[in-house]
Amino acid sequence: MSDLLSVSDLHVSYGQIEALKGVSLRVAEGEVVAILGSNGAGKTTLMRSLSGLLRAKSGSITYDNEELVGRRADLIVRKGIAQSPEGRRVFGTLTVEENLDLGAYTRPISETAGSRAEVYSTFPKLQERRSQLAGTLSGGEQQMLAIGRALMTKPRLLLLDEPSLGLAPLIVKDIFTKLRTIAETGVTILVVEQNARMALKLADRGYVLEVGRMALEDSAANLLASSQVQEAYLGKG
Amino acid sequence: MSTLFQQLVNGLTVGGIYALIALGYTMVYGILKLINFAHGDLCVLGAFIGLTVITSLGGASGSPEIWVVGLAFVAAIIAICCAGVVLEFAAYRPLRNAHRLSAVVSALGASMMIENGIMLIWSPQTLVFPQGVLPQISWHVGGVVITFTQLMIIVISLILMASLYLYVNHTRFGTAIRASAIDQDAARLMGINVNRVIVSVFILGPALGAIGGLFIGLYYRQAVFDMGWTYGLNAFIAAIIGGIGNIPGAMLGGLLLGLFNALAGGYISSTWQQAITFGLLIAILLVRPTGILGERVAEKV
Ligand SMILES: Nc1ncnc2c1ncn2[C@@H]1O[C@H](COP(=O)(O)OP(=O)(O)O)[C@@H](O)[C@H]1O
Ligand SMILES: [Mg+2]
Repeated sequence: MSDLLSVSDLHVSYGQIEALKGVSLRVAEGEVVAILGSNGAGKTTLMRSLSGLLRAKSGSITYDNEELVGRRADLIVRKGIAQSPEGRRVFGTLTVEENLDLGAYTRPISETAGSRAEVYSTFPKLQERRSQLAGTLSGGEQQMLAIGRALMTKPRLLLLDEPSLGLAPLIVKDIFTKLRTIAETGVTILVVEQNARMALKLADRGYVLEVGRMALEDSAANLLASSQVQEAYLGKG
Repeated sequence: MSTLFQQLVNGLTVGGIYALIALGYTMVYGILKLINFAHGDLCVLGAFIGLTVITSLGGASGSPEIWVVGLAFVAAIIAICCAGVVLEFAAYRPLRNAHRLSAVVSALGASMMIENGIMLIWSPQTLVFPQGVLPQISWHVGGVVITFTQLMIIVISLILMASLYLYVNHTRFGTAIRASAIDQDAARLMGINVNRVIVSVFILGPALGAIGGLFIGLYYRQAVFDMGWTYGLNAFIAAIIGGIGNIPGAMLGGLLLGLFNALAGGYISSTWQQAITFGLLIAILLVRPTGILGERVAEKV
């Protein structure tokens, strides 16, 4: 099976601080891959580098046989990589529908309504709230909007940066159920999480990122069972 | 009573001009959080370019030559749009990631360069717009006089404002402009080329500003190289009153300030006008620190 995304020896710094110290990973088409890591491990840095919002100092990001390092963020979106960023980052003073439609910015206008209807069928709550300003939504609804907006780009690869952040357990469960549905439509998913249990239940494979380096790589089932992961990320559950 | 209506007409005329110029300040601030101090001078440059077109192609006959004025607007708009793009590229883009103060200094420098450029190319003296290039018609409605020039300024300003409003709120690129003003990285994740949005703002703002600048010239029938300070300052205050960064706010602020200035000038004293303007600014900021339509910063998270 050929990889849709493969990252090798990626180094990313903020000034003197090196946040990623040679990270490698691969994601095959159709796979769901989770990256676990505690606060400050470098998860967001990795996601922002993949989307072209940060420029890697060295290393490579190959997607669909093309090098992405140095490519502009808006062009990477056109290649089929979407991201639901950490903290959701919805456009608070735009309506829900305007937020969604912006997701289809790179696509023909004639396709917007159809894609929007698909997102609404996945997240009916968003349809109810469609004329509301995004800033007035609850955290869970904003997360759904961020995911819906990313889906509007019609991605082959969906990057999710901590979709569970700050949400109540029931809402997290709901969102991960939706992510399962999305994965079943054939979208490849790379999710970074501190909520290891939810992420590993969704994923086929997983990595553990520790202060800028990959510490572990295994199938999701093995990681769930591993004592190292249980101690560090599952609270001995 | 007719004094009141007369001042309303005069105020609406000046307010329309302030609004057109204020939009340029507010759109740039919305995206770059930068006060483009050179904007007022760009508008003045528009007035001078328009004046040159008018005096070289017409104005001698003393009879109305609408096509010459039309051409003056086209020339001013094109030239000022180009100047706006050059300004962004040369003065602001290299400092995009630098300290905020560097961009302010760069803006002030650009302002001085344009001002001195105008003085060198044209004149340090006040130049006069020829009389009669626009029809010298006026209408008398119940004791209130409205001239052709006033009507033209009011109608065109309102049409331009309505068009910009529709464009920004109801087109895809317009929504991209608003999104980029809220969160540039999130906008990039939608596939928006934010640099292109920034350039577009340095085209739209100066285009409206060139029209505003030429309106000033045609209305007061004069232009002087440093009038960017007075008119630019008033338009900037209008943008703050409406809520800087907010497009309908700049329109509202411009119209309000124009009306307020005219009423204050008509009923109190025109020598105190600038002081009264600052009084209004302070009063509004005391009640609403973000301006009338300005959003609370908290909404941006
Ligand atoms: N803008 C920034 N400037 C400087 N250092 C940063 C910046 N963003 C993140 N870092 C540092 O990089 C490291 C990784 O951060 P991040 O990628 O946000 O981790 P995570 O998403 O896993 O919590 C941390 O040590 C953090 O302090
Ligand atoms: Mg993070």
